[in-house]
Amino acid sequence: MLESFQIIISLLDSTIRIATPLIFCAMAGIFSERSGIIDIGLEGKMLLSAFVAATATFVTGSPIFGLFAAILASCSASLIHGFACITNKGDQVISGLAINILASGLTITLGIALFSRGGQTPPLASEQRFMPIDFPFLDQLSFVPVFGELFVEVISGHNILVYLSVLAVFFTYYIIFKTRFGLRLRAVGEKPEAVDTAGISVIKMRYQSILIAGMLCGLAGAYLSIAHGAGFGREMSAGKGYIALAAMIFGKWNPIPTLFACLLFGFLEALGVRLEGVELIWIGEVPVQVMQALPYVLTVVLLAGFIGKARAPGAIGVPYSKEG
Amino acid sequence: MKNTENKGGNEAIASLPPSTESAIELKNITKRFGHVVANSHVNLKVRTGTIHGIVGENGAGKSTLMNILFGLYKPDSGMIFLNGQAVDVNSPEKSIALGIGMVHQHFMLVPTFTVLENAMLGNEGSMLLRSGEEVVLDRLKGLSNNYGLDVDFEAIISDTPVGMQQRVEILKALNRGAKILILDEPTGVLTPQETIGLFDILRSLREQGVTIILITHKLKEIMSITDTVSVMRGGKVVADFSTEKTSPEELAENMVGRKVLLSIKKPTLKVGKPVLEVKNVSHESKDGVLVLKNISFDLKEGEILGIAGVAGNGQSELLDILSGIETLQRGQITVNDKTILPFQDWNSKKAREFGVAHVPEDRHKRGLVLPFHNYENSILGYHRNEDYSSGFLMDKRKILNFVDDLVENFDVRPRSSSISSGKLSGGNQQKLVLAREIESNPNILLVGQPTRGVDIGAIERIYEDLMKLKSKGTAILLVSVELDEIMSLSDRIVVMNQGTIVGETNSSNATELDLGKMMSGLEQV
Repeated sequence: MLESFQIIISLLDSTIRIATPLIFCAMAGIFSERSGIIDIGLEGKMLLSAFVAATATFVTGSPIFGLFAAILASCSASLIHGFACITNKGDQVISGLAINILASGLTITLGIALFSRGGQTPPLASEQRFMPIDFPFLDQLSFVPVFGELFVEVISGHNILVYLSVLAVFFTYYIIFKTRFGLRLRAVGEKPEAVDTAGISVIKMRYQSILIAGMLCGLAGAYLSIAHGAGFGREMSAGKGYIALAAMIFGKWNPIPTLFACLLFGFLEALGVRLEGVELIWIGEVPVQVMQALPYVLTVVLLAGFIGKARAPGAIGVPYSKEG
Repeated sequence: MKNTENKGGNEAIASLPPSTESAIELKNITKRFGHVVANSHVNLKVRTGTIHGIVGENGAGKSTLMNILFGLYKPDSGMIFLNGQAVDVNSPEKSIALGIGMVHQHFMLVPTFTVLENAMLGNEGSMLLRSGEEVVLDRLKGLSNNYGLDVDFEAIISDTPVGMQQRVEILKALNRGAKILILDEPTGVLTPQETIGLFDILRSLREQGVTIILITHKLKEIMSITDTVSVMRGGKVVADFSTEKTSPEELAENMVGRKVLLSIKKPTLKVGKPVLEVKNVSHESKDGVLVLKNISFDLKEGEILGIAGVAGNGQSELLDILSGIETLQRGQITVNDKTILPFQDWNSKKAREFGVAHVPEDRHKRGLVLPFHNYENSILGYHRNEDYSSGFLMDKRKILNFVDDLVENFDVRPRSSSISSGKLSGGNQQKLVLAREIESNPNILLVGQPTRGVDIGAIERIYEDLMKLKSKGTAILLVSVELDEIMSLSDRIVVMNQGTIVGETNSSNATELDLGKMMSGLEQV
């Protein structure tokens, strides 16, 4: 009994660690797509900013500097996306895909050119990373049964970006549903003509939205390489951007349900790691590959089965043009 | 005043009653899209506190001109004066700041938002929605009471009737302080009752000093509500009138540039036996909504049966089923003594074989392949016919012969077989579709919205063709949202509301008000 409780605790702990970049990216996706811009480039922006974060931190020794560099890099990628598909009315999926390919190639090429480590950046020392924060009164709390242990093992002891990701969810919710900016952002994604004829610039609204998305992706990337990890490894985003996109759709472009979708996908991946090499009743040992595929398979099943009625923003993917 | 044909219309304006002040004055506005001149040296003057009508056929440049005034388009040259001051209206933002509001033909409302959210968009009152909503709601309620703009602020736009959506649009403009209101074809989607309601609102706005520009192609409306009217043709203002001194005939003549026959001569002939019988047809849409409920009617040889109703009350689905595009789900259809039962093999190919021809409501989506040439479009759906093919291959020479006669006989302009149909005007596209269907010698013709987006000259021709077909004994089912059209063409009229037939009447004793009541579902006959 105690042992299975321990297993659950450690599963939840890794769920949160795995879900953090998903949450940042999914919130980024919500900002972008609610304004009518498909953001398939979450993956690439995250990868690029992970690389920039690790490199800038290695060079300057300061993770704060690394974080800002990551945000800057990610926002630049957002601007490229915006220039292609807002200003020049290009295809948003193609442009996003191009950013992913660019990020994938650029990070490896620059990595090899700068550090000659096969695309990796040099490992960072712990003072160069965002390290876990321990909450006060841990010792006293650890004696409280169940809750105490949950608090100590699951809630406490993460790096600052993990807590920031939860804040990002509430930030997204508040901005999108409670402010004038949010009303206009939602309107521009549903019916840009209505916004334009209301005397608000569609172009400006959309650029603002994708820049916020860029910042959030920057946080996700920095989390990967200078908080959760201690350096950049090639392709280290490993499809998380796409999973975040799936979580956003599963959460119907709403921040709170999307948070839970991210946690669910995080949990599935944690479970997959946990079950590697474990003998299951009736089934026996499950091959590693099956466990690794589990989150993706479930994503597909969930996408196909549960969210059949998810309604995307009305004008998503359609470039806005006034004259015809 | 008669047949004013001056280039800018200044002369006509000068002969209007002396104006104290003009709210809007456009001078020499020119706008080109590529090689197309949409507006050419347009002059327009509208006095403060009046309702000014602008009439003209499709493509005459009315909407372009208003979009320039609203700041959506930039004119290539010309000046705009508001209350005597030269202004530069380079964006909607600017025009709103100057007190211009516009209700577009296609509403600019966010379908998923509430009425309140839509009405406040652009003037939200505060950075935060909650505090802004209180301020704006107060103001909107005041405006709503003041002008009889009855709306439900909590309702989601997509659930509200079009009449209310239009009132929301007007509220939205007033919320932003509009003193000049432009309405682009505001009555196209309204029932006659809703139109009367709208006109009451416009009159009370005028009383309180709001200047209104009304764009429409319905001459009756111009006559009933405007103070002054300008006629546009080919991108120019060709005449200005004081409404009380003109007549619909004079306006129509100026719109088209020649005399137009507005009345239709119906051939009198005895109707024959029923050729189309529809019994208890019900239909469920893909979303599980019952869009047709127990529809029954019949259509006889040489008869035109009009189906009246506000758009979206099941007429489109009915046409789809009868023409074989949709599967019949419940009920029974008999076409020329052949009976079709639910889920039986029934498709548009079969419909044609049974003698049913179909002029679809949306000629762009269903009537034509726009990038195709006229000769290709002219046989679409009949391409299996042996006249046009020699076995596996199409016989282009035969098709060209056929289409040359077709465009000649049905006055499709330009008379070209090889121009792509997308380049034709709306009226000529419609003439081509109608020609194709009539040439197949149907004994049942289904016609949906035959004159939507079609100019008066072409309408005249289309009506003539339909009458000619009727006198040959063809049964015609006419679906239209234009009540005038239904009333003047049909022998018998049925009215649809929410998927049911709510009334039937003979066209000779139908009145617009009675039909309007039925269309809005208020009255069953």
